[in-house]
Amino acid sequence: MLQIKVLGPGCANCKRLEQEVREALSDSAIEYEIIKVTDYADIMAYNILSTPGLVMNETVVSAGRIPKRPQILEWAKQFQQS
Amino acid sequence: MQLTQLKPTREDRPAFLLVGALALVWIVAYNNLQPIADWLTYTLLGLSRESQIGEALNFFIYDVPKILLLLSGMIFLITVVQTFINPAKVRAAVEKRGAGVGNLLAALFGALTPFCSCSSVPLFIGFVQAGIPLGITFSFLITSPIMNQVAFVMLLGLFGWQVALLYLVSGVTIGVVAGLILGRLKLERYVEGMVYESKAGSKPTQVLEEQLTWTDRFERAADSTRDIVSKVWLYVIVGIGIGAFIHGFVPEHALTEIMGASAWWSVPAAVMLGIPLYSNAVGIIPIVSAMLGKGAALGTALAFMMSVVALSLPEMIILRRVLKPRLIVIFVGVVAVGIMLTGYLFNLLV
Repeated sequence: MLQIKVLGPGCANCKRLEQEVREALSDSAIEYEIIKVTDYADIMAYNILSTPGLVMNETVVSAGRIPKRPQILEWAKQFQQS
Repeated sequence: MQLTQLKPTREDRPAFLLVGALALVWIVAYNNLQPIADWLTYTLLGLSRESQIGEALNFFIYDVPKILLLLSGMIFLITVVQTFINPAKVRAAVEKRGAGVGNLLAALFGALTPFCSCSSVPLFIGFVQAGIPLGITFSFLITSPIMNQVAFVMLLGLFGWQVALLYLVSGVTIGVVAGLILGRLKLERYVEGMVYESKAGSKPTQVLEEQLTWTDRFERAADSTRDIVSKVWLYVIVGIGIGAFIHGFVPEHALTEIMGASAWWSVPAAVMLGIPLYSNAVGIIPIVSAMLGKGAALGTALAFMMSVVALSLPEMIILRRVLKPRLIVIFVGVVAVGIMLTGYLFNLLV
């Protein structure tokens, strides 16, 4: 199962990112779980400097922005195999 | 940065054509706003040029599309520039410099990149943990909220580029000077312990390297333009509406006594008034502009605007996670004093 983490303290952008991920993967057969990481200490463990951050199977795929849905889907397919 | 990233490829051609075409449309539209506004108010609606309602309506019909066009154009440009700035690279650049140049770099970085306050915190932690002095980190933390890109564009549209530039220069100066002062005060003990202990980079994570093409950059710029304009357009219209009303109906010099340069207390009063106000930052600028037309001093008006934009309760609540209350008070105090000095300076100069 693909493990997706949304890094962010719970601001508007972080919530939007989570929503975008769900939308992006809604039509795919990919099995995934979303974990929200809201504690700053835990967020910083990923060494990102701006939120929201998106992590797939422990790889930071983006930070400081909300990627587009096709891009999210592409990453999800790529990391599902790894 | 590698030069290959800068070179447009064949695939980027459609994107460049589209951006070029849109830029042309933008220029033509922007240069014909006044005739269109005049035609609408004086010819189509038949209002007199001398009437108060005519003047107010003309101001409104001219300013709303002008500001919205400027906002879209500028935010697009600024976002394209931002795609070249990466916090990690800035951190690396700042790390090598000492106080002074480091403060300036950090302040410029804060001015150029928009961070919601919740994103300032990871950056703050990341800077402190990299061993960057607190003073330099504060230069970033102070400039980032003072310099608001929407506010910059509004100033540009309503007061001209000189005032917009003054806003930029004074914002960066406040950040540099306040950072230098705070750096001297040895405030490390007022930073929450969690900042130093947190497990930054403790996870063996990889980061995906991204290679952006020009098409990607334009796409991101278009996205953020849409995003920001859709968030602020209503404030812009309401703000300009109120501004137009003041423009047409409030007698000239009505505000000279309470907001003019001769009223020394108006600057601190404006800053104090601005601290609790936050969400209407964008809408407040057109009002401020109309106030100016009625005799308020530029420094007072700018101080008010900066205080509205830079100091706010939600920001302080978020900063509370990394700073102890005492440091937040010092932070707010130093920034407020910096804004007041800028206000007085402008009142003296202009």
